[in-house]
Amino acid sequence: MNPQAISETWVYLSASPLIGLTLTLLAYQFAFWLYQRSGHRAWANPVLIAILLITLFLWATQTPYTRYFEGAQFVHFLLGPATVALAVPLFAQWKRLRRMALPLIVALLAGSATAAVSAMFIAKALGATSATVLSLAPKSVTTPIAMGVAEKIGGIASLTAVLVIITGIVGAMGFPSLFRWLGIRDHATQGFSVGLAAHGLGTARAFMFSEEMGAFSALAMGLNGLLTALLLPILLPLLKPLLL
Amino acid sequence: MIHALSLLLIYQLAGELIVRAFALPIPGPVIGMALLFLTLLARGRVGEDLRNGASALLQHLSLLFIPAGAGVMLHLQRIESEWLPITVALIVSTFAGMAVTGLVLRTMIRRAADKLTHETERDQA
Repeated sequence: MNPQAISETWVYLSASPLIGLTLTLLAYQFAFWLYQRSGHRAWANPVLIAILLITLFLWATQTPYTRYFEGAQFVHFLLGPATVALAVPLFAQWKRLRRMALPLIVALLAGSATAAVSAMFIAKALGATSATVLSLAPKSVTTPIAMGVAEKIGGIASLTAVLVIITGIVGAMGFPSLFRWLGIRDHATQGFSVGLAAHGLGTARAFMFSEEMGAFSALAMGLNGLLTALLLPILLPLLKPLLL
Repeated sequence: MIHALSLLLIYQLAGELIVRAFALPIPGPVIGMALLFLTLLARGRVGEDLRNGASALLQHLSLLFIPAGAGVMLHLQRIESEWLPITVALIVSTFAGMAVTGLVLRTMIRRAADKLTHETERDQA
């Protein structure tokens, strides 16, 4: 092909959703392969590496993010059915969950408040702008809920989406070491904690350890999503004088 | 697989309709999850097709976050100028959230277990 034909082909392809979709799947498969080759090391987090590869590609080819998303939205859309599908592992663990209802509710309230409030106060203390502080508040809950909450409380929804995903990567990478250090070995406890603080990405890694850990993580993610969506818009005005 | 995917989409759709109808502050898929969970409780079992479909989708859950995560390129400027508060806040609050949840849960479970042993001892005495 002569250079003109190549550039015409590129112009055609870059306008279709094919590139964004293929790029997402290839980057993930490569990153996942690397993660397995590394022996499931935390630094080889597949989401982090895939995002780095994609942003590098988009930057190198001068492709705007919105163009990329036209293709990648087909993957993004599956977050909805995947959230619904979490009902299946929840049901499988229901007997254990019900027995632990009271401890789970108390831990949920304590953990949820800690994650949201500490993020806002630390960011504020270190000089973040108020838009950033507000965008941080819902960062522990799953992307669609967090974006909705951010909009409602005056944050920037698309910034929140990114903060949510960085949070998920941090939690998924860090929880095995944290719980080893704290001496928490119970899979139910580990799963519930990581799902609460690091939503779907924590849940994805929890499922790699055991179905029990994954189910408790899914439960915590759902409950913290509900709690945050209901309470944060109501409680935030009370905290605002301290934060802004 | 097609059956499972249709089922998941129907529940998501039902969730979206309920959210719109009652102006709930919760996303549709979360309501859909609750509805499916209640259905499974009422039926008492999960069909094989749904079980396989759900596990296929959940096995690669992390893939689904990548498109939104690549949106980081829209916010590079803000992240560059506020990298310190953002990094410290995200790392510390995530670890603090996990530690507090884990420690509270462990304490509560131990207390419940102790109470149970006390009651058993008392019953035996």
